[in-house]
This record gives sequence, structure tokens and C-alpha cells, in this order.
Amino acid sequence: MEFLQPASWPEALAMKAAHPEALPIAGGTDVMVEINFDRQRPATIIDLTRVADLNAWGMERGFLRIGAGVTYTRIIDELGERLPGLAMASRTVGSPQIRNRGTVGGNLGSASPAGDAHPPLLASNALVELASTSGSRRVPVREFYIGPKRNAMRKDELIAAFLVEPGKGPQQFSKVGTRNAMVIAVCSFAIALDSERRQVGTGIGSAAPTPVTAGEAETFMKAVLDEGRLWERPAPVASSALARFGELVAAAARPIDDVRGTAAYRTHALAVLARRSFTWAWDEYRRTAPA
Amino acid sequence: MRVSCTVNGRRVTADDVWEGESLLYVLRERLGLPGSKNACEQGECGSCSVYLDGTLVCACLVLAGQAEDRDLVTVEGIGSAESLHPVQAAFVEAGAVQCGFCTPGLIVATHDLLRRVPQPTTVQIREALAGNICRCTGYAKIIDAVHLAAGRMGAS
Amino acid sequence: MKAKPRLPPPSVVSGRVGDAVPRPDAALKTRGEFPYSSDLQVEGMLWGATVRSPHPYARIVSIDAEEARSIPGVKAILTHEDVPGRNVYGLEIEDQPVLAVDVVRYWGEAVALVAADHPERARRAAHAVRVEYEVLAPLTDPEVALTDDSPKLHPDGNITRRIKIRHGDQNPRADVVVTGEYEVGMQDQAPLGPESGLAIPDGEGGVDLYIATQWLHIDRSQLAECLGLPPGKVRLTMAGIGGAFGAREDLSMQAHACMLALRTGRPVKIVYGRAESFVGHVHRHPARLRYEHGATRDGELVYVKARIMLDGGAYASSSTAVIANACCFAVGPYECPNATIDGWVVYTNNPPCGAMRGFGSVQNCYAHEAQMDKLAAALGMDPVELRIRNALETGSSLITGQVVDGPVPVAELLRRVRAMPLPPAVTSDHLDLTQLPGGVSNTTHGEAVRRGVGYAVGFKNVGYSEGFDDYSTARVRLAVVGGRPRVEVHTAAAEVGQGLVTVQAQIAGTELGVHDVIVVNADTQVGSAGSSSASRQTYITGGAVKAACEAVRERVLALAESELSELSRDGGGGSDGWRLENDAIVSADGAAVITLATLLGEEVIEETSEFRPRRTTRLDPETGQAHAHMQYAFAAHRAVVDVDTELGLVKVVELATAQDVGKAINPQAVEGQLEGGAAQGLGLAVMEEIQVKDGVIRNPSFTDYLLPTTLDMPPVRMDILELGDPNAPYGLKGVGEPPTISSGPAIVAAIRAASARSLSRVPVRPHDIVDS
Repeated sequence: MEFLQPASWPEALAMKAAHPEALPIAGGTDVMVEINFDRQRPATIIDLTRVADLNAWGMERGFLRIGAGVTYTRIIDELGERLPGLAMASRTVGSPQIRNRGTVGGNLGSASPAGDAHPPLLASNALVELASTSGSRRVPVREFYIGPKRNAMRKDELIAAFLVEPGKGPQQFSKVGTRNAMVIAVCSFAIALDSERRQVGTGIGSAAPTPVTAGEAETFMKAVLDEGRLWERPAPVASSALARFGELVAAAARPIDDVRGTAAYRTHALAVLARRSFTWAWDEYRRTAPA
Repeated sequence: MRVSCTVNGRRVTADDVWEGESLLYVLRERLGLPGSKNACEQGECGSCSVYLDGTLVCACLVLAGQAEDRDLVTVEGIGSAESLHPVQAAFVEAGAVQCGFCTPGLIVATHDLLRRVPQPTTVQIREALAGNICRCTGYAKIIDAVHLAAGRMGAS
Repeated sequence: MKAKPRLPPPSVVSGRVGDAVPRPDAALKTRGEFPYSSDLQVEGMLWGATVRSPHPYARIVSIDAEEARSIPGVKAILTHEDVPGRNVYGLEIEDQPVLAVDVVRYWGEAVALVAADHPERARRAAHAVRVEYEVLAPLTDPEVALTDDSPKLHPDGNITRRIKIRHGDQNPRADVVVTGEYEVGMQDQAPLGPESGLAIPDGEGGVDLYIATQWLHIDRSQLAECLGLPPGKVRLTMAGIGGAFGAREDLSMQAHACMLALRTGRPVKIVYGRAESFVGHVHRHPARLRYEHGATRDGELVYVKARIMLDGGAYASSSTAVIANACCFAVGPYECPNATIDGWVVYTNNPPCGAMRGFGSVQNCYAHEAQMDKLAAALGMDPVELRIRNALETGSSLITGQVVDGPVPVAELLRRVRAMPLPPAVTSDHLDLTQLPGGVSNTTHGEAVRRGVGYAVGFKNVGYSEGFDDYSTARVRLAVVGGRPRVEVHTAAAEVGQGLVTVQAQIAGTELGVHDVIVVNADTQVGSAGSSSASRQTYITGGAVKAACEAVRERVLALAESELSELSRDGGGGSDGWRLENDAIVSADGAAVITLATLLGEEVIEETSEFRPRRTTRLDPETGQAHAHMQYAFAAHRAVVDVDTELGLVKVVELATAQDVGKAINPQAVEGQLEGGAAQGLGLAVMEEIQVKDGVIRNPSFTDYLLPTTLDMPPVRMDILELGDPNAPYGLKGVGEPPTISSGPAIVAAIRAASARSLSRVPVRPHDIVDS
């Protein structure tokens, strides 16, 4: 096994171009499990932890551009107010030890449908910035997941950053697991209210071959809020509409039975999570919206 | 490959390291520091908790080469034979040690918690230690030990 | 010159029976300086790896190790042909090969061994061993295993043992009858320390094995047979152990490491990873239990009929004893004049099952406590009142016909847990997710959360059963060291984390009145101590230490009498009432007669004693009647849970327990057993299950075999009774298992109360609670 340790971003990109099959490692919370359990034996591994650029974040034309190496702990501590949904998801990740190393970049790279970062990124319409020696491009996260544990990256690319707007309204994230800490999601749901654009964003995890959005649910609820002029005059949403929203979210999932749960349960649970988390987000909007 | 780093204040070097070894393996099998434990080797149990540049991590999830030139503190670097750290003394007194396999990881994780939150509530203790699995104690005396240590460290 | 690895140092303890003495190795453990079996290292050590079957049932057609042998660094590859002695072992039935010969019977069974100079090379070599299998359809349903036309997995058929208990009237009538079918999933002991050990050949055909295990001598006798060596040439020493809970009663890597060491002439260490550990040891038997309870209208139990099926998996391990336990304790700690209990444990191609804390009494407790709640509901009675009404008492007969003697505080334990104040409800003014089901995963802010309270009581035997020769051996040595008397205690008893080293020292300190006591590391240089299981060690090894101390004391007093014969003639007190206290002999009125240092000088007094409890008898094969056990231990639990009834997520808010421990030799260690045992009970109730499909374990990792974390395990409120068993040393009762028996059933009862679901299976999963 060859171990490569680039000291800069250009060096990292050059190494990936020269070794397209190389496995990048940052926090190691996925990659090291694969190696320790003898599931993967990459010929080459590229350690990205010395590339300072990956650990930085800043504002760029209204978007937060967050380096792929920023850990969950830092997202909670430094970005919690601006990205409340992602911070909530980060708080549910593993343990302090895992949060200190795990990254959104790593979540995106392994593209496991159970990754906790995916639903909030989907709900907020984030972008994934990919780079190679031939340049960089930004892929909407909604187009990034193309199959189970497969993403839209080319072999010569690395994930540089993800871009997301600071929250323009209340956000929520919920994850169902069979114990109260350190769980891989049985299913998860994120919601982001955009009071500027008057849109409802959703993201579903662990309930389909890839993380997905609930497009019909989003359209439905947007219409409910528009028709009732509820953005301007916030009032509770009718329970029938909430129930319908939940049904539509559940219908967007394509879950399976596995060791963590049954398909039927996942469908049921998603409807519950959707109703509840929308209610919490909408209640927060009602409390905090300017009169 | 060769890996050089600082561990518990001393500069050390390990030679002939296979590139796929974890930091945990290097500590235990090459650097003579078997205090960090190998209960799951996938980051689920916290028994290999160490400090990497002052941050609490699972050593089983750090690739050996990633530790190059880094500053590590393991359980062996906390307290000494002559003088236990208050966290260690509290674990002994409170009966928080049975088989003790989880203890090194808990000592480091508790040490980390108390330097960040000197007087944690029980809830904060449970959240901070949620990544450290114990199979023997049911955690009750571990929580007692953390409160005991916090009380003593706060008083001094 | 033989290399010796670092071993747990002798334990130095000062304390007496009843003191909450901190354990002597705790400081070392907190500093990471305590050596465990997976830390063992010596110069020139090789690493062993095991080639395992990827099929639950298959014939081995061929094994080709040529490619593996050519990998640089590989020093040996061994198959069944290389087993030096008998290629078979087993705790009760010798049915398991050291390395599979012509057939593999479970997923993960050991087929070949590799030794190499680096664990990665050993792994690569293990992968390179080509085993050709003829895959067979696995037998995975225990009910099918019972039938005549199922494939015979072993020469004598698939029924490992069948138990019948026939007590009283076999056709009883009752006013009220309730039935139920229950299922208990497969739990794993999951001790944090992986299977590991180091075998060092002595260059003269023998071997030294440093091993974390539960019974050194049974390991040795099996090993000697497998290695074809006299027992004296197989020396075992206890290495530091990372828990056990039943997982280390059977051989795992012991014979493998010894074989590789003897073949290569070099020390060989084997350490299992966690995934391998899941196939490297036995699990708790999954069970199906069908019960019928009949009672009078006033709530008096008239009869219990039960059918208990345990899936024993591929090899017997201790299955014959587990099914006996499950049947003997099938009814629970209640007076039951008439009982018809039928139990089977059978062979399948599922993972082998054996000892786990509770040993058969856990599975049936789920069933009998669910039945009692059903009966209470049918009678319109309070569930605790119904239990108290039928509780066993001193002098009651069990369904085996044995009359229970000593304190039997079943009713009292129930009253005490019921009387404990309930925890406060979760207040809704400030949202604290950690107090709610789902915790920081943010699944509820209080919606659909209901609280439930449940009770359960259970019991089981302490010590071995059915006439098994239950004994332990202790060597106690009194000498003067550095001007002070010092006692050295040596047993083969396995310290597994429970605090046995501390207790042994406290007993010696009490019996000999000596301040400095050292418990040296356990090994096979002294007689057998039996296993650290069945909650028996404090009783039996404690009893042996006490007996050896008494023998030493007798000689000390005799020595003093003869040396001080003039004194005793003149002094007028006589040697009557002389006792050992405070490093001296004191007279009846407490006056010092002579210090031990003065009395002994250079003399060393050493005694080795065996201790046996009261004898037991084997279950009659037709009626199950016997004096099967020598002591019973009882515990009751109350559980308070909050359930999110829409998502089926559970938060256990509080566990409360009352247990009679007879005499708490070390009160702090006793509490540790009650708290830790309850956590394992909670685990089985709500989250722990080895999921097996077609004989394959689907979740062999801590990612999906979930153990309770700090956020899952609540505080345990304890009421510890010391009622004094007149037949036991110091009146003590075994402590370790009862906390794991009734804790889970109490939690399930509470979940039923909160969710109004009948829940007949554990672990309870979210979809069990929400399914309509």
C-alpha cells in the first residue's frame, strides 16, 4: 500500500490525477473501518489532513463555502447558528471522538444513503465543489448521488468544499435509531424553510438507494403556505395538510428491509418525522417571524 | 514506512510500519504503549481514545502516516505511578473500574471533558461519554467518578 | 531462557469482609499499565490467524495451502491433520473439532491456522488458503431439528438434551387460564476484551499458555487431550481479562495458538478482531417458550405448563445445563403445586450457544413474568399483589420437589421495589432532548410519549447443579516479610472484572487478622477453582480461601500454645478464645498475646484446602425431580420507561432493584454487579440481538450489535438486603446473575404498560410497538 501525504491542494490534485484509483482519507471514520476490517486494500491512499485549504470556511457571494475537511465538531461550534439543520445532524453523529474527525466531505465521498449530512444538504439545496487538475465544478447536491454509495465524481476529482446558503428560515433534522446515541439512521429527515423564496426543502436519509428529496411533498406544502398566505400571516397549518405532507414524504422513499429496520417501519416513521419536524420548524417561524 | 511523532512529551519513531496500520496498532505494537485498547477497531467503543494535537479521537481511525509530526497524548501520559491524576484517582475510589478494558478510553475522554467543561452536569457527562462503551459497570459509578473528579479539580 | 510476558501483578489488599475496599488493580488500569491478554508481547513472537468457513453447513472437499505457504513471512499453515492429539473437545459433550475435518457446521467455524511475522501477512495468508466446499442446505429451524427426517448434524442425532418435569397433578383444573407464546432473541456477551492469548513452547515438547479465560483447569484438560500432552506439560497462566460473562468458558483460540507455537517453535499470539469475536465464542440460546398458567379465582397459582425450545446451534457447549436451568426455573419464584415442563435444546447449523450470565433463567423469566401480568389482568388483580400472593417462602417446594431453605425473601423484594418513590415526570417547560425517547436525534419533543411502569422477579441457582462436583482450591501462606506478617493467597480462580481478587484478600484478612494480604496471579500450579460462572466464586473459592485460612490459623494457634505454654499456665486466661487480629494473637478480652512477627520468625505456614458446598443430585429423566441446586439467589426489578408510541422508541427512565446478597463481602463491588447486570438485562430487552439469517450472522460488529451507552442506561436505584444464608460462608449469596434476569422482563412489562401492546418477543424493536 502506498501512502501519499500532499502538503497543498494543488499537490493533492496532482496526486489524484496520477493515481485515479487512490482512496482519499481525511477523518478516517469510514475509510479506516474498511481497512481495519479488511474490506478494502487500496493500492494507494492519499491523506488530505495536511491540506490547510480543506479546513477553512468563509462566505462567497451569499453562500457559505465550507472546506471538505471541516469536522462535525466545528460545524456545531462555528456554524451552528447559520446552518441549524446541519448542526442538528452533526450533533447526532457518533460520539465526540467521531465528531472531532468526521467530515461532511467524507460523507459526500462515501455517499452512503445513511450519511447524516445528506438530508440537511438536500433540504438546503447545497452544492458540492469538485476539483481536479483540469479545473473545478459545482454540482447541486440533488444531482450528486447517483446510486447506492455512488456519486457523480470523476476518478481524477477530489471534493474541495460544499456550498450552502446560511439558513433563511427554521430548519430541523430528525434521525430514528434503536438506541439513544451512536446510531446509524434507520431513517432520517431534514427540513429547511426558506422564508425569502417561500420554499420548503426536504431531505430523506436511509430510506432509499440514495439520499433523496420529497419533491411532491415540497410542492404540496409550498402551495398550502402560499394559498393560505401563511408566510405573511403565520397561523398553524391544518392537521390534514400536515398528514398529507407526511404521506407524501413517506411516498418519496423507497426503503428496504435490513438489519436495522423494515421497509414498512421506515415508511411509517418518515411520515411521523415529517409531520413533527415541519410542525417544529413552522412553530419556530410563527414565533420569530416579524409581525 | 517510518513514522515519527511526539507521544506523551517524548519524540518517538516507528520503523517498518505497514502503510495500512492504524495509529492504535503503532502505539500498541511498535511504541510499547498498549494502554489504548482494541475492543472494536471501528470507532464504536472509544476504548482507543487518545489526544491528537489536543483533540480527542479514536486512534483506531487514524492512519499511521496521519500521525507523522503530530503531538499525541495517550492514557499512559495522564498521571504517573507516583501520582494519579485526579480523574484516575476518582475512578479508583468510586468503584468505576471492573475489568478495566474500557477504563483507559474513559480516562482520556473524561480528562478531555473536564478541561472543556470543568463542572459538567450529569447530562453533559453522559453526552460526552456516549462514545465510550462499558460492558461491566452500567456506567453508574463512572458518572459518580466524573462528578468526584470535577469536584476535586474545581476545588483546587 | 524462556521469555515471559507481562502479567497482572499480585494484588495487594488490606481489608476485611464487609469493607468497600477499592480493587487493587484499579490504579494500574486507570493508567493503562494493567496488562491484558491482547497486550501480551514477547521477543520473536509470531501472529496467528484463523481460516474460517463462509458457510453454515458444508462438506470440506479439499484444502490447498500452497499459495498461502509461499507468502513471505508465513511460518506455518495447519489443518486438522496437524492436531497432535484428539481432534475433539467440549465442556459437557465432546462434539467439537479443534479444526474441522470433513464438515463445517456453522458460519465461521475454524478450518485452518496460519502463523506469520505480522498480522497483515497472517491475514493475507489466511485469505490465500483455498478451501473447496460442497455447500449443504443448513438446518436452521430448531423445530425441524426435532423431527426424524431432519439431517443428523451429529452422530447421536439432533437432540442435545430433553428435560421433563412432572410435579403434582398432571391434569389439573383451574378457574382462570392464560396462555402465551414468547420468543427471546440471541444475545451476545460482548466482553470488550477480544479473545486473545499467547502460547510459548518450552523447547521440551511442552507449552505455556497465557490466556484470559474463565476456568484454567478445564481449558488445560481439554488442551492436553488435543495436544496429546500430559497435563503437566501444558501450563496455563491467567492473563489480564477484558470481561467474560460466559464468553470464555469454552475454548476459542487456546488450542490453535498452542498448535502453532509447538509447530513453529516460536511464541504465537492470536487476537480476534471484533467481527471474528462474534463467531469466536458461544452466544445466549435463543428461545421459544409456550406457557399455560392456571389459577383460582382468588389468584392462587394452580398449575403451569410450559414448552421450552432452545436453539443450541452447531455444538453443545454447556447446552445440557442451560436447558436444565430453563426448565427448573420455568415457573419463576412462585409456589406452584402442579407443573408440566418440557424442554429441548437441539443442534442446528446456527451459531453455537452456551453460557451467558443468567444461563437459561433469563429466557424463562421473560415468559413467566409476562404470564403473571396476563394472569393479573385476567383476574383483575394488581400484578405485584398477585406475585406476592404466590411468592416462594422458606420451606416451599420447587417444581423439582426440592425444598428451599435459608432466607427466601421474594415477597419482601417485591414490596421494596414497589415502595420506592417513582421518578418525576419529564417537565415540558424546557425542552431537554436527552430526557426524551430518541434523545438528541430529535425525534420527539414530547409528542405521543407515554410513561409505563413494570415489575418482575426472578431467581436462579448459585453454583453448579445436578451432582456436578463443585469445588475450589486455595493455597494460603503466612510468613513474615520485612518484619511484618503477610498472607499470600493463591488460587486458580479467574478474576474476570467482578472483583474476586479483592474478595479473596478480604477473606484472608478477616480470617487471619493480617493487614498485608497478597493475591498472586491465577495459574494451574494450584488445584482447580472451578469456573468464574454460575455466580459461584465468592461462595466456593471464598470458601476455599476461608478453609485454608482456618487450617493456617489452627497451626498458628497450636504453635503459639506450644511456644507459650508457660504463659498460658501462669497467665490464668488459657488459650481458649485466642484469635488472630491486627497482625497478632489476641486473647478473648482483646489483650495482645504475641505478635505474629515475633511468633513466626522465619517460619512459614502454608496450607492448601479444597472447599465443597452441599451436594446436589441429577434430575430424574422422567420427572425432573431432584435436589438439583445448593443455593438460590433472588432479585426483583421495577422499570420506568417513556415510550414514543408513534415511533416505537423507548427511553428507560429508571431501574430499581431489590436483591438479597446474604452478606456483602465488598459492598461497592456488589453494587457494581447489580448495576452492570441490569445494563445487560436492558440490552436484551431493547437493543441487543445477533441477527441470524440462514445460519449467517448479519450484524457482527458494534455498529449493528448495539450495546447500551451512557445515554441508554439510566440510574439504578438499589435496595441490597443481607439476610444471611446459614449454609454459606459468611452467610453470603452469589450476586452476579440475578441482576440480569428480572431487569429485562421488568422493562418489557413497562413498555407494555406504556404502549398497550402485548409484546411477546425480545429485544423489543420499534416496529413491534407501532405495528397495527
